[in-house]
Amino acid sequence: MSAPRTESFEAIVIGGGLVGAAIAWGLCRQGLATVLLDEGDIAYRASRGNFGLVWVQSKGLGAPWYQRWTRASAGEWPRLAADLATRTATDVGLQQPGGVHLCLSEPEFEARAERMAQMQREAGNTPYEYRMIRAPELRDMLPGLGPDVVGASFTPYDGHANPLRLLHALHRAFTEAGGVYVPEAKVEEGAAAPHDFAVLAAGRRFAAPRLVLGAGLGNAELAPCFGLAAPVRPQRGQVLVTERAAEILPMPITTIRQTQEGSLMIGDSIEEVGFDLRQTPPVMQAIADRAVRSFPWIGELSIVRAWSALRVMAPDGLPIYDQSARFPGAFTANCHSGVTLAGAHALLLAPMIAQGALDPMLDPFTAGRFDVRAAS
Amino acid sequence: MFALRPERPATIEVAVEGQPLRVPEGASAAVAMLLAGIGRTTALSGAPRAPYCLMGVCFECLAEIDGVANQQACMVPARPGMRIRAQRGARRAGPA
Repeated sequence: MSAPRTESFEAIVIGGGLVGAAIAWGLCRQGLATVLLDEGDIAYRASRGNFGLVWVQSKGLGAPWYQRWTRASAGEWPRLAADLATRTATDVGLQQPGGVHLCLSEPEFEARAERMAQMQREAGNTPYEYRMIRAPELRDMLPGLGPDVVGASFTPYDGHANPLRLLHALHRAFTEAGGVYVPEAKVEEGAAAPHDFAVLAAGRRFAAPRLVLGAGLGNAELAPCFGLAAPVRPQRGQVLVTERAAEILPMPITTIRQTQEGSLMIGDSIEEVGFDLRQTPPVMQAIADRAVRSFPWIGELSIVRAWSALRVMAPDGLPIYDQSARFPGAFTANCHSGVTLAGAHALLLAPMIAQGALDPMLDPFTAGRFDVRAAS
Repeated sequence: MFALRPERPATIEVAVEGQPLRVPEGASAAVAMLLAGIGRTTALSGAPRAPYCLMGVCFECLAEIDGVANQQACMVPARPGMRIRAQRGARRAGPA
């Protein structure tokens, strides 16, 4: 069999989840002829298991650059949602009424207060509004709080959206803008030179001067082929979903949100179990227990679905963004907040990639931070 | 639309939307809904729905049974005195 002919583009994006699709659509928006290679249903597909928060208040403690990036993304989100609605007639369900983190004991409340104060200090000159709210006032904000709730932190920046509709809308906007989506396209081979990349996938050969790795956990294996590093590991989270009910929660809570359709989504767990997508009754029980302690009335609702998904986690829990020094034009993007950061990926990161240089604000996100020699 | 088979006597009396109705032993609450010609309305758009799969998959037979909302009526055997009402829109959640 002869080698396939080369299909030339201005950008190749590997990974069709929220990160890859947001960047691919962003590149299309910049006018670049872009191909999006999506592995297929054998991939771990974190983007199919998202909780759906657009969340600011707990992101980036001790890493103010991550706090700024998250805030920037939450700020871009209304533009993202409006643009997707105009182009695809899809309502991605964005609501940003602010959000709360519930504390179920005094020590939790004190630790949270300390954390929020530090977040505010680290915000520097950027205003960072938050309030620590005690239970009596909180009871007027949230219906039917349990007796164990001693208080909460609130910021006005938090919100939520429908992650599946977001993924759908990004794909649709991408293809309607002329982007080429290739499913079942696991990258089998890659060739790299500065501003000159080729990959073999789905029996086709694609070439472009720019290449973006947005393949989630798949980036770990792909990155070295393109002069990059993506030391990411899976971290399991489990989610429970109740039957639909009339609207009752006016704002999302770190681990409980009511969808536009009325379901309550209840999360989540943080489990270091490798590439294991099983669900485990003790963890599901712990998740349900905390939800019922927070809102006893949740116990009356039936759980109708539950799932687990694997977060894409770097050693320090922060995103990774890089351009290869050896092969300029090759970029990585890794994070575990594909929903929250979608605004930044589509509207801030993609233009940087199109222009060929990451903004210095992203310097701290380099994978070089994990290299002991480089860091010393 | 639906009628009972003659060889299965309707011996169990339930109340569908407050009206008495007899169904055979072993019939589900969804069968009572079908006999009464009632169905639910959906939680989001309020579109009408009637029991469909009768095997616990499609959730189209949702009903309030003995005061408990959103029950899959096809999975609940009818019992004497059972009160069955079609689920109208979204159930209520929250403190009593």
